[in-house]
Amino acid sequence: MSATDNQQQTAATQSALPAGTPAPDFTLPSTPDQKLSLSDFRGSPVILAFYPADWSPVCGDQMALYNEVLPEFSRYGAYLLGISVDGAWCHAAYRQQRNLHFSLLADFEPKGEVARKFGVYREGEGVSERALFVIDGQGTIAWSFVSPIGVNPGADGILNALENLQERKVAHGN
Amino acid sequence: MATSMKAKLAVPVSNRDHVQGPETALVTLVEYGDFECPYCAAAHVVVKKVQQIMEDQLRFVFRHFPLTQIHPHAEPAAEASEAAGAQGQFWEMHDVLYENQPMLDTRHLVIFAEELGLDVKRLVRELENGIYRERVRGDFLSGVRSGVNGTPAFFINGVRYDGSWDLPPLVEALTRAASVESRV
Repeated sequence: MSATDNQQQTAATQSALPAGTPAPDFTLPSTPDQKLSLSDFRGSPVILAFYPADWSPVCGDQMALYNEVLPEFSRYGAYLLGISVDGAWCHAAYRQQRNLHFSLLADFEPKGEVARKFGVYREGEGVSERALFVIDGQGTIAWSFVSPIGVNPGADGILNALENLQERKVAHGN
Repeated sequence: MATSMKAKLAVPVSNRDHVQGPETALVTLVEYGDFECPYCAAAHVVVKKVQQIMEDQLRFVFRHFPLTQIHPHAEPAAEASEAAGAQGQFWEMHDVLYENQPMLDTRHLVIFAEELGLDVKRLVRELENGIYRERVRGDFLSGVRSGVNGTPAFFINGVRYDGSWDLPPLVEALTRAASVESRV
């Protein structure tokens, strides 16, 4: 199922930050000894892909797909960041085993804080939603989408959002 | 912002595609597949049966969707099928690859090409030069733009089919699409 399929049915029940909202800045570990801040990427679009957990089968497919689509994201000058409540060592093992070529951020301590800021934390389960945010170079959310937790949202929604960003940029001549 | 709608095939079927069945068929089934994906190998058997049942009512199209980072043989296998296609034997190679899925290393690709009576030197040279890499990537990207999120992914008359691809439900969905089409 694609991102566009579920837009309407999930929009009403989720509190994910919508398009037009400034993205809350955050700093999280990207490896056991390195940290990344969202503001580090100012000037470039960022794709934030929240997912419930490393190793779970659907996430695997989703991250495997994004791994393949990375060159397309790069064509738009965009950076992809995966983010879940797993710890940095767990992410390191997962990245290595799946041969992932993008950063996985550990929203681990305080647990799920960044997911909460973006409105995509699932209190009962203690994991984040399967949620996508495309953030423009000025740090504003350009597109957000929450997928049913068991459904890989694909990459078409992300690519459409990046395309719209680029068209907007061309239209404004900057 | 996206509106709520069924995922559609972003790139329509054209003469660039590998097609089985008549152009006038009432139903077109497009599959995005990966030769190293075990679910695709299972679906291959189902699709063969569907083709036998539906005969000339069905047009079947195969497009590549290799997940190369988790399936290291998927890309060379896809390119080998294209190389075979350049020699008029795409579908023969397609079938051999799915039927021999545990053996998709280069040595076996060469053996399959020999067994099909292909010009093996040409095939090896074309694979080494990556002649078909862009063709395969083109299929993959058309799948991504159509919302394909894993394999196998099916589209019936251009609309994403999210139902089961066990034989009875797939035949039922295709038959329904055919009857809608014949009433138009």
